Amino acid sequence: MTDKTQVHGRGLRRLAFAATITLIGAFAMVFFWTPNEADQGFIQKIFYLHVPLAIVTLCGFVAGGIFGFMQLRTGKRVWDLRSYVAIHLSLMLAVAVLITGAIWAKASWGHWWVWDEPVLVSFLVVFLLYACYQPLRFAIEDPERQARYAAVFAVVAGAFVPINFAAVRLAQAYTHPRTLGTTTGGMPGSMMLTFLISMLGMTLLFMTLWKFELTSKSARMRLSSIRRRIARETTTEQAA
Amino acid sequence: MIGQTITLLRKDLLLEFRDRESVPAMALLAAATLVVFHFALGQRSISGELASGALWVTLLFASMLGISRLFVAEQEDGGFDAVLLAPVERTAILLAKATALLIFLVIVELIAVPMFGVLLLGVPLGPAIPGLIGVLLLADICIAIVGALVSALAIQTRIRELLVPILALPLLLPVVIAGSRASGQLFQPGGPAAVAGRWPLMLALYGVVFGLLSFALYDYLLDD
Repeated sequence: MTDKTQVHGRGLRRLAFAATITLIGAFAMVFFWTPNEADQGFIQKIFYLHVPLAIVTLCGFVAGGIFGFMQLRTGKRVWDLRSYVAIHLSLMLAVAVLITGAIWAKASWGHWWVWDEPVLVSFLVVFLLYACYQPLRFAIEDPERQARYAAVFAVVAGAFVPINFAAVRLAQAYTHPRTLGTTTGGMPGSMMLTFLISMLGMTLLFMTLWKFELTSKSARMRLSSIRRRIARETTTEQAA
Repeated sequence: MIGQTITLLRKDLLLEFRDRESVPAMALLAAATLVVFHFALGQRSISGELASGALWVTLLFASMLGISRLFVAEQEDGGFDAVLLAPVERTAILLAKATALLIFLVIVELIAVPMFGVLLLGVPLGPAIPGLIGVLLLADICIAIVGALVSALAIQTRIRELLVPILALPLLLPVVIAGSRASGQLFQPGGPAAVAGRWPLMLALYGVVFGLLSFALYDYLLDD
């Protein structure tokens, strides 16, 4: 148990440092270096926050599913913890994604919500599904069963993410101009570079937060197991 | 395994036939939802996408009831231990539950769809029926698979009735998309139009993916 806490905590400081530097660099580039987009102007710069955040969030959900699968395969509780922390974190970031998406939609199309933007709609559905993760998890008392059921949910929901994106995309009668789809080919070099650095920064941020939460959770679990042992030993001493 | 499935299915159907718990409630909820739609939309008759949407919401609400009752006999009356102690495969339990739900859904639709045709639909139901049967049957299979999975997930929790709808509605969204787009074509004011092939294909793919997922994961859900 002791070394497990250390494994989660290892390199955390360096990772946090790297994430901070990359994100500061990325935002400096966003504000001072990249050109304003001709069509949408300054507001388009929210793209460098919104899109990397959304991609990282979705990867976090899918990673939660993969960790859940590992939990079912190996039966080791550490995978359940990894899966739980990944989903928990992604769920919080998803709120930020929905809010930045709404701001962008309001600024560039004049509405807070645009139903014919399939990515936005799919994201909301995925968010609604994952919002059930914690109610499901904490409504099961037995810890072993909790880990197993949460893992099954994580796998099902992880598989649902791509299916849902495909289904919502198909449901759109007409295709909307799409930033990422059109810009990965046509984006000027400076925009592409800023986007990639911002993407890297967000990934580092997610990994830092994930490791941090994992360290804190396993430290707390270790602490309570030590407390339990002390309590047990005190009672046996008293009995003796 | 087929034999085990049939035995378990017969048990579920016999229970339902004697108690008459799920199916009448599902049918009544469907009928009430249709009445609600009449007043909520403020229209005497609807057609096209709107009609198709009303039909799908009605069927979805009814299926939520069926899904949350699916394992109740096992959970409340202690049948779980008996089923798990019996030498049956988990896959047989999944198949039996999904088939039972499928049969319930078909019975409910046999009542609710004609009722929908009479009460709400502004275009004749007759010409749409062949296409509608195909779409509904495919969608019912998907709902039955996901329903068996969701009800097994939720049954061991303290908040079963709350979890089933909030879990199943987002999960079933692709089914609603495909089903309602397809039947929207069937309820067009000028008579049923051809259904685009991608909607049945999407339902079939969804059914296959979730069928395989349930098959792989069911062992972990009932392994107590």
